[in-house]
Amino acid sequence: MDELLVRTLADIVKVGAPIVLAAVGETLTERGGVVNLALDGSLVLSALAAFVVGTGTGSVIAGALAGVGVGLIIALIVAFCSIELRLSQVAVGFVLTLLCRDLALFLGIPYRNAQVFPTTFLPIPVLKDVPVIGAIFFNQDLFTYLSFIAVIAAWWWLFRTKAGLTLRAVGERPQAAFVRGVNVNAVRYLYTALGGGLVGLGGAAYTLGVLPTWSDTGIAGNGWIALAIVIFGGWHPFRVALGVYLVAGLRSVVTSIQAQVPPQVVELLNALPWLLMLLTLFLVSGPYLDRLLRVLPPRLHPPIRTLLRARPPSALGTVFEQEGRR
Amino acid sequence: MHVELHHITKTFGGLRANDALSLSFAEGRIYALLGENGAGKSTLMKILSGYQPPDSGQILIDGRAVTFETPADALRCGIGMLHQDPLDVPNLTVLDNFMLGRREGLLPKRKAARAALEQHAARLGFHLDPFRYVDSLTIGERQQLEIVRLLSLGARLLILDEPTTGISAEQKQTLFSSLKRLAAQEGMTIILVSHKLEDVAALCEEVYVLRGGKLVGHRHMPTSIDELVTLMFGQSLPPPARRQSALGEEILRAEAVSLTARRLTVRDLWLSVRRGEVIGLAGLDGSGQSDFLRACAGLQPLNGGRILIGGIPIRGKGYAELLRMGVAYAPSGRLEEGLVDGLTLTEHFALARAGGAWINWRAMTALAAEQIGRYNIRGMPHSPVQTLSGGNQQRALIALLPENLRLLLLEDPTRGLDVESTAWVWQQLLARRDQGAAILFTSPDLDEIVTYSDRVLVFCDGRATLVSDLAASTRNPAEQLGELIGGKVYEPR
Repeated sequence: MDELLVRTLADIVKVGAPIVLAAVGETLTERGGVVNLALDGSLVLSALAAFVVGTGTGSVIAGALAGVGVGLIIALIVAFCSIELRLSQVAVGFVLTLLCRDLALFLGIPYRNAQVFPTTFLPIPVLKDVPVIGAIFFNQDLFTYLSFIAVIAAWWWLFRTKAGLTLRAVGERPQAAFVRGVNVNAVRYLYTALGGGLVGLGGAAYTLGVLPTWSDTGIAGNGWIALAIVIFGGWHPFRVALGVYLVAGLRSVVTSIQAQVPPQVVELLNALPWLLMLLTLFLVSGPYLDRLLRVLPPRLHPPIRTLLRARPPSALGTVFEQEGRR
Repeated sequence: MHVELHHITKTFGGLRANDALSLSFAEGRIYALLGENGAGKSTLMKILSGYQPPDSGQILIDGRAVTFETPADALRCGIGMLHQDPLDVPNLTVLDNFMLGRREGLLPKRKAARAALEQHAARLGFHLDPFRYVDSLTIGERQQLEIVRLLSLGARLLILDEPTTGISAEQKQTLFSSLKRLAAQEGMTIILVSHKLEDVAALCEEVYVLRGGKLVGHRHMPTSIDELVTLMFGQSLPPPARRQSALGEEILRAEAVSLTARRLTVRDLWLSVRRGEVIGLAGLDGSGQSDFLRACAGLQPLNGGRILIGGIPIRGKGYAELLRMGVAYAPSGRLEEGLVDGLTLTEHFALARAGGAWINWRAMTALAAEQIGRYNIRGMPHSPVQTLSGGNQQRALIALLPENLRLLLLEDPTRGLDVESTAWVWQQLLARRDQGAAILFTSPDLDEIVTYSDRVLVFCDGRATLVSDLAASTRNPAEQLGELIGGKVYEPR
């Protein structure tokens, strides 16, 4: 295969890694019924933390852990405000996202374009020699591998384990989960924290892998893209990953041709992913999917619905209260 | 398993929902817990199934005192509850729902769970496809799934809350026969919470009757329906003398109306109402009374048939247009639908007034002050409506009704009001009637319906039966209504 194409695809997978991590994290959080709108600011602040610790210690692992820690703490603030204080998740998330970004800009002044963190590629023996696939997927850095693992593990966890079933039930109908002996709010804390940790890892992937230096311009805004892709992806890890690679791919095309085409075309192409997403949402949430399901045997409904449905978890953004107590 | 409730008391605010209730449920027997809305049935069953702790009193299982922190605790002790709206997860498959809450390791054992599901379903005579999504099942099938799940988790006492609302006659028969088998052959204890007397007669062996939070009777079946009705509703006062005045022209006409209510479809409803008449709409919550009111206000589409107001079909007309034709609708959710949370009384009068783009605030404040005086509302023109008490909100809503009405549609007009406010509201409403308005209203309180209605439309199982001889009835009219609501066929005398 064309070497340029392979290199471009490898690059897309790498550039997409932070968004994949953040979007998969948000998917897990929202599957439990909590929406972490602080995602964008969280991404920027954890990127800074990862960069500072990473360059200070010289260790990618230490940097990544710092990013995870920051993302986790911010997510826990959202969960605490929603569960304990019964504040609106949207309001808290919005304010936090702005606060975190500005905080990162302020704290990051001394590190602005200071240095570059050396990225180490970790080619995987044997697999890296598989033609085409090896060059695209198995000659990458730590964060890209982690993004693959996150997608597969999240899918397996959600749809193949008992804990994943519980998580989905909590996001769909917490009262029903509660009756079945599930501690609804504990589950929500757990997955909000886990999702926040993945967002933090995504932040670290920027400053220790993709960029790899401290500059907010390459990061801010991508959190909102991740949030949009979670919806487009129907809260399914594979569709979410696909959405991220679509957006990253289009961006890469735009970057490579922008010298040859007028700026209007560049801007239009930049807007294309959102138009495509709207169209997809329109197709999967309209009556068409129901009509398709009606003609298929029930045995096929579960896989098709998991793959194509676009309905958010029913209890998304709500507070769970046990009646008659307090 | 023998379960005893010992002096259970639960209060909400000042209301004693359960007042020192002592009931006993023996193994292998089928009980009914009867009572009208607000009698305390649901509260007691929530306590027994671990939803709420009682304020005082004890639950004894085989003589041993137990306390439940959660419904899951209660189920571990063998007490399972089937909710009126089955508490399952609609967006998951039957199998997933069945597995949820089973105690096992990280990886679900799907094969074993499926085998268990099919085995328990077969034992009860139910057919459940494990791969169907729960949101594509009927209420009856969802109940079956819940029963299968509860049994597989070791329930020995099963509480069923109004299980026959919204399921087909066939499903009801399957349900009842499997419940009887469970009790007789496996020693399961069943408690049916209901106000449907025919269900109680068909299924139960013993009956506990609650009224106003107190236990007013314990009978062994068969007991005459009359006796149960008297226990449930108490002795009502004789209906007040009817006004004997001529009625005006026909204002509302429903022809073969069919509409979808929350759980069932009402078919073939015929009604003709003349000016100066009061029609009460009675029925269990969600049987279609409220939906019919909304349909008359042009707020809900019909499946079939037509509604005419003053001889004009209302199809395609919006509420604003009907309002100009002299129709007004007041929903029961005062703050949710009728009043705007956060706006003041003056702003409400300004909203309700037709007129140009500008608001004359001085005139509006004067109007609000005048109406406050006239309708005896305890509040100021600048009081936000949510700060008013329930009774004053209701008065405000009535004050907001336009003059010269021809048809008033009221959903539970005295909900949550004390006796004095109720009397005042009806005084205002009857004054409107005397000016020539027809009134249609719903109420869960049968005494209210009997007291104020000239005729009553009873909604039950998708049928709407017109009862026009309440006043002439020699028996207790509330009793008779209770029987009709409970599904007894109406025989005009």
